[in-house]
This record gives sequence, structure tokens and C-alpha cells, in this order.
Amino acid sequence: MTIKSTLTGAAIAAALLSTSAAAEVLFWSTQAKPVEEAQAMREQVLSGFAGEVDYQPNDGGPWITRLNAELEAGSGSIGVLGALHGDFSAMDPENLVDLDDLGVSAASDTFNSLAMLGTDNMQYIPWMQASYIMAANREALPYLPDGADINALTYDQLIAWAANVHEATGEPRFGFPAGPNGLKHRFFQGYLYPSYTDGVVRTFASEAAVGAWEAFRELWAHTNPGSTNFSFMQEQLLNGDAWIVFDHTSRLAQAFNDRPDDFVAFPAPAGPTGRGFMPVIAGVAIPATAPDMDEARALVEHMLLPETQIATLRATNFFPVVDVELPDDLPPSVQAAGAAVATMSASPDANPGLLPAGLGDKGGEFNRVFVDTFERIILAGQPIEAVLEDQKETLMRIMEETGAPCWAPDAPSEGACPVE
Amino acid sequence: MNPRLLPYVLILPVTLFLCLFFLYPFVLVAQQAFSDGSGFTLDNFRDVTSHWKFPISLKNTFLLALAVVPIQLALSLLMATMVNRMKRGRDLILYIWTIPLGISDLAAGIIWLAIFEQSGFLNSMMGGLGLIDSPTNFLSYQSPMMVFVAIMLAEVWRATAIMLVILVAGIGLIPKEYYEAGEVFGATAWQRFLKITLPMLRPSLQTALVLRVILAFEVFAVVQALGGTLFPVLMGETYEYQFTLLNAGAAAAIALIILGISIAFTLIIMRALRVPKGATI
Amino acid sequence: MTAETTDVAEVGANTRKAGQYVYIAAVVLLCAWVIVPLYFLLINTLSSPEAVNSYPKPFIPEFDLGSLTFFANFAGILTALKNSILVAALTMVMSIAIGAPAGYALSRFEFRGKELFRLLILLTRAFPLPLLALPLAVMFIRVGIDDTIFGLALVHTTLAIPFAVLITFSLFSGIPIELEEAAWTLGCNRLTAFQKVILPLVLPGITASAIFAFVISWNEVFAAAVLTIENRTLTAFLLQNLDTSPLHLKFAGGFILVVPALIFIFAVRKYLFAMWGIANR
Repeated sequence: MTIKSTLTGAAIAAALLSTSAAAEVLFWSTQAKPVEEAQAMREQVLSGFAGEVDYQPNDGGPWITRLNAELEAGSGSIGVLGALHGDFSAMDPENLVDLDDLGVSAASDTFNSLAMLGTDNMQYIPWMQASYIMAANREALPYLPDGADINALTYDQLIAWAANVHEATGEPRFGFPAGPNGLKHRFFQGYLYPSYTDGVVRTFASEAAVGAWEAFRELWAHTNPGSTNFSFMQEQLLNGDAWIVFDHTSRLAQAFNDRPDDFVAFPAPAGPTGRGFMPVIAGVAIPATAPDMDEARALVEHMLLPETQIATLRATNFFPVVDVELPDDLPPSVQAAGAAVATMSASPDANPGLLPAGLGDKGGEFNRVFVDTFERIILAGQPIEAVLEDQKETLMRIMEETGAPCWAPDAPSEGACPVE
Repeated sequence: MNPRLLPYVLILPVTLFLCLFFLYPFVLVAQQAFSDGSGFTLDNFRDVTSHWKFPISLKNTFLLALAVVPIQLALSLLMATMVNRMKRGRDLILYIWTIPLGISDLAAGIIWLAIFEQSGFLNSMMGGLGLIDSPTNFLSYQSPMMVFVAIMLAEVWRATAIMLVILVAGIGLIPKEYYEAGEVFGATAWQRFLKITLPMLRPSLQTALVLRVILAFEVFAVVQALGGTLFPVLMGETYEYQFTLLNAGAAAAIALIILGISIAFTLIIMRALRVPKGATI
Repeated sequence: MTAETTDVAEVGANTRKAGQYVYIAAVVLLCAWVIVPLYFLLINTLSSPEAVNSYPKPFIPEFDLGSLTFFANFAGILTALKNSILVAALTMVMSIAIGAPAGYALSRFEFRGKELFRLLILLTRAFPLPLLALPLAVMFIRVGIDDTIFGLALVHTTLAIPFAVLITFSLFSGIPIELEEAAWTLGCNRLTAFQKVILPLVLPGITASAIFAFVISWNEVFAAAVLTIENRTLTAFLLQNLDTSPLHLKFAGGFILVVPALIFIFAVRKYLFAMWGIANR
């Protein structure tokens, strides 16, 4: 080998092996993943930060794998984590830096106490919030049952409405995110169960729960059978495969932004025990292996600034967690979703639930209980009572193993939340 | 060099490489399947196999492999022989047929969902031809057969090229004289295919089949795109355990089960298509 | 008598002609089978968001470049493209350099542990990479090759090696050992015989392995997402965010990922037949 080629080889090797030690903070996030949102995060939300930020949104798999690898190796490049409450609660709090001394927190004490993950310190800082709502194509409005107020629907009225649309158009046009990446479990945990049984865990296999599943089965009869492929209901709203849908506010946003005049957003329906609904909380945290603690802390503080929170709202359709004055020129999706959530919270029969807490890394298994129940009762057509009795065993085991106490709307418990 | 050592020298680089980047992490992961944090246990295997979805995913994975691989084998053999006797445009035709090779399974899922979804291209086409009044729902839980067929078509489209490329490279090595001799003795095209092409192609056939079968048991992305929650497969369950349920032990257990199935099929194929050393004429 | 023979000849000509038509029709049909789904992807890529969501779907693209422009302006996409190409090229070189000798050894020698070695090779493909990514990432961080092109190429090489070894193995097996032996008697040693006689013959197979290596590396998402941060590959950069993105961007992103792979296969396709003449003697 000549000297020249040796040198070139060395240069190439250096280029291929370079781990440039840039002072960028790596923001490792499971949120704001869609390419447009990621772009907006970089250009509008993080450009205001004094330092440099490398914003990298990821699927859950790579996110957790990389994070665990860095924690296990004892050194890493991730500066700040952005993820849902559930992602953080599955982690060992030891691996997250306590953030109390930052002096920033959410306006809601409930959120702040959730963020302690059962310890005495803030393990993450609430970053943004969202919820699940209903949306409909305006073409569906004429089929609303007589006397129904779209802002105060009941489940019975929703079923009748979906049935009317089905009959009139010949197509079942209720849309439900039952796809592999759909958030169906949240509907059962935060909407159906609280509305019918005033509980989630205690009442899992109750008489009232049987009624809830019967009602859902009726609704399913008017649901687009392709729903098992739907994960982002904005797609089906836009292409007309579904007229009335339930989903996460940010998974409906594109429909409202693309064609604001064609769709309406409205609160989730009410059942015999009120209008159940639940929040979504995302937080920011710092892993114990963060390379530059000070910059990471500065970035977390930056995320909680009122301006940043409003920019985040525009970029991601997630609402602020601190008290801010919202401007008037927000995107149509934000306006529609904001109004629907406000109506839902202010309704006289509101029955707000909380996110599952204290489940640790069993959060996924807890969700699977509900998904399995849905698939067995609705898709496989198995008898409701038998399925509930069977799944109840799994739920009881999870609650006993984790010792998680009940959360709203379940009545508080001493020790592990019992399945009655 | 000592000829007895030569083979070992030749396989040394691969062996070292795989030990470092495959066996080492593999052993670490496989251990998790047999441990519950304190000692040896088979609980993970018991847990995953007793879940109600396991038999369904197992059945689905097998059915899909059984339906797809023979079609792909026949199709790729057909295509390879067609390319082989082509006089003009061989390059171009072969290129077109190998295109799906460059398409990741995620992208293939996106493409085929656009065809089969309710407002997709297939319905648009049938509507345009006046075959249907309103778009039908192909991918619904009410028509599991249709879902299966859709997944099958997409898999045949996506992964036949893998076998085709291997077979084409192999078929080029069969000396033309054999065919000429066959023709002299009045063998029909079909007889020539059976008596010359198939036996001579055995090494390539074996490789193509083994690789394809192993990949068939790991099928995931296309199935998830088209089948949604309706068509669970083993690999989907593995990822579910690993990333949603955060249960690494259970995930490793299912992955080992898939590995076991793959090895069993590999051994069967290798036995059935045994390649004689040096393929003497 | 004369009339009879003409009849027979005519019938023969007719059958041959009919056969020719069937043959051409089959080629055209198979080409359409591959191309039409890709054409749909092209339509959706070149459509406005409204058209992508419309029903019935258009069958002629309206040449709206909005979605592609979005990606053209996407920060970092060119760097990601460069990284992807570098990783794929390294993977190609390493997997063939390491894999081909082993393929030769497998086809030409009987040695102890041969079956075990083959099983090790296959095992590599039968276990899902996402499960191995965690121990690999820990190792890479400790060694200091985390977030490097080279590190990722090592992992992709592990994925490509089974293809390289098995394809070269099947092709070497298809070449009669007498050819080599003849070269030895004519004064070549093992190495020069290999260079002058075997290498030209297996070039198509090497090309096939190269295509596999390139495509495997190009389309791999999981390891790329975990093992690269600043040096993200195009797939890690784009693909894993596509499933949650609006439809029109999903299709455009998918299209962008497909095109470079197609260009690569196009560029090397002729080597699949490179030594056609020699092979057919």
C-alpha cells in the first residue's frame, strides 16, 4: 500500500468512526413523530432555545432500546427524554434525574403528583396534554336522532345516530381506531368503563360492565369493519371511509387543518354513570446518563416557558400544561379540539378519569387486558360474561403484583386495587 | 498450505464475525428466556404458549408460509426459465422482475394497503369498470379469507424476487450442451425442465428455499399493514412482548420458538435437496 | 404425401406460434404484476393531499410536486442519504469479503463441524434483530463505535452474511470441480485457478449477493434507529416516522426510499448475466 492510499484509508476510517462531540442536546422523544410535526418542533419550538438541540422522534421500540442500552452501558448521548406518562412509569425512577430544584411544574397538582411516579420527587416534568374526543363529517349531522344535542350526546344516541347513517347510506360509517397502532384501549379504560360502571378496575367484570360491552357491540354493528386497520382516524375522516369517529385529538388534527369546514369536533358521549373521559400527559425528563446536565436542565426549563408551550401547541396539537393566554390565531384543529375538550370537562355529568398509575412496567399488560377483551368479545364473538371472568384473572394478577391502588373514577383503595 | 486446514482458514473470518456480532448478543438474549431473575425456569415459555393468541398466531404463520412459499417457488422457477430462454430484452425484463427486491417490507405494506383499503385503487378500478356500485371492504373481520388472500398476494409480490435472483444466477451455470443433447433425443421442453434444469439447479434451489422459508416465519410488516389486528403472527407477538409489554423474557421465548421452527424446516429442506460435493457431471 | 408433410409442418408452426404468444403474454403479465403496484405508489406520490384522500382514485398522476418538495426541504435529508449509501457500500464489501471464502469452503471441502457451521449461518437470519439490538448497542457504546457508520455497517453485515455465504456456496457447488482440477493440471495453483477459472463464473452470484447486501442494509430500520444518532441513515430518518404521518407524505416518503434502491439494482443488473457466454460455453 502506498503512503497516499494509507493516508486516504486513514481519513476514511476517521470519517466513518467519528463520534463528533458536538454540544447539541439530544432530545429523544416518542411524541411529535409525524414528519411535519417533527419539522415544526425543530423549526418553531426548539429554535428559540439558546443552545443547540437535536430533536429525534422515534417509535417506541428503538426509543426504549437505545435508552436502556445507554443506562446499561453507564454513558450515553441522550440529554432529554420526551414521552408519555406511561413510558416513564415503566422506568425505574432511579434512572431519571430528580427535577424538583428546577422550580418548574404543571399548573395541575394532579399532573405533578403523577410525575413523581410514586416517589417523593419529580421524576419528569409534565410537558403537554391532550385528550380523546369525537369528530364527525358534517354530512352525518342530518342523521342525528331527534332531540339529540351533539354537545351532550349519550351512548344510546350515538348508537342510534350511527345506525341512522348506516341505514341511509348503506354503509357502516362509525370509525374506531382498532388498528395495531390505534389507541382503542384508552377508549375502554377512560370512556366506556367510567361512563357505564363508574370504575375501571373494581368494576371490570361487573353487571354494569356487561351492559357496557353489550352497548359497544351494538355500536360495532354500525362500525366500519375495516376499523381493525385504522390507527389514525384523520385518514378515514378525510377519505370518507368513516363519518363519525373517536380518537386522540392530535390524531384528528390533519382533518380539521386540511378541510376545517367539513368536520365538527364534539365531546365523548355519556352513559348511565356520567360522561367518562381521560387526559393524555406527556412529560420531559433527564436520564441519569445525560452527557451535559446543565444544558439538559436548561432545555427542560425552556419547554415549560409559555411561548414554547404555545409553539408546541401549534406544532403538535398538544395543549399547554402551564397557565397561558392562548392567542386567537391557532390552527383550526386546535380550536376545534380545544372547544370540544372544554365542553366535555364543563359538562354537568362529567366523570373525569385518571391515567393508570402505579402499574410500573405492567402498564402494557394492563392495556392488553382491555384489548384482549375487545378482540374476544367483539371480533371473535365470544360470550361477554365468560370473557370478562377469564380476563378478570389476568387483571387481578397484575393489580396484586404491582400493588397499585385505585385511581379515579374507581373508589380509593387500601393497598392494591381489587377487582370485584 | 496444509489442505486440511484450508477450509477452516476460509471460514474463520465469518465465524469470528458472527460470534462477536450475533452469538454473543444472542446468548445474552436467549438466557433471558430461561430466567426469571433468580434462576432457571420455563415459565416464559409456559406464559407465551398459554396465551389465547399464541395458537392463532402459530397457525396463521404456518398457513401463510405454506400458501406463499410454494407459489413463490413455482413463480420464480417459471420466471427464471423464461428469462433464461429470452433472446432480446433479457436485461430489462429481469430488472423489472427484481424490482420488488429493493422495496422494504414497510414500504410494501404502504403500497398494498393503498390498493386494498376501502377507498383504495382496487375498488376505484372495479368501480370505474362498473363491476361494483359502492366500494367493498376487503380488509374486514367479516371476511378473513379475503384478508388472507390480500396478505398472500402482497407477500408473493414482495418476496418472490429474492428467490428469482438466486435461481437466475444458478440457472446460468447449467451448460447449454445438456439442453442440446436433450433436444437431440426428442425431449419436450417440460421433460428438459424436469430432467435437466431441476436436478442441476439443486444447490441454488436449496439456498433459495431455505432463505425464503426462514424469512417467511419472520413475516411481520406487510401482515400488520394489511391484516391490522385481524391476523396475528408470531413475529408480531414477539414485538408486542418486547416493546409494548416490556417483557424481554417472553419475547425471547417466542423468538426462540420461531428459531426452532426455522431450524426444523431448514434441516428438512437441506435433507430433501442434498447437494453432492462439487456437483460432479 | 407431400400435402401431408406440409400439413404437419403447418400445425407445428402454428403450435409454436401459439406457444410464442402465450410466452409473450406471460412475460407482459408478470411485468405488469410487478409494475402496477409501483405505479400506484407513483400516482400517490405525485398527487395533492386531496387527491390522495379522494375516491375513486385517479389513474393518471396530476404531477403535484408538493409532497416531494416537502422532503426536498427537509433538513438533514441529504446527509442521511449519504450515510445510507456509505453504510450500504461498506456492508456490501464486508459481507462479500468475509462471506465468499466461506461459501467456497462449504462447496469444496468436507470438514468436521461443517453442518454446525451452516446452522450457525442460518441461525443468524432466524432470530429477530430488534431483540439483539439492546446488547449490541451496549457493546457499541462501551467499545466506542456507537453512532458511527462503521458500527452500523458491522450489524448490517451480520444480516447480509448468510445471503453472501449461501449464494456463493450454491454457485460454487454448481461449478464442476473438474474445471478447477483441469486448471491445476495446466499449471495453476489453487489461488490462480480460482482467479482465472472460478471467479469469472461466479461473478453473477457475487453480484446477486451484493444486491442482497445493499438492499438489506438500505432497508434496515431498527438497528439504524438505535445505533445512529447524528449519523442517521435515510431509513431511520424517514421510515420510522412515516406510519404516523399524513397519507400523502407517507407515500412520498416511501417513494423516496424506493428510488435509490431501484437505481442501484439497475446499475448492477447486467453483472447478473455478466459471464453468460462463458457459463454457456
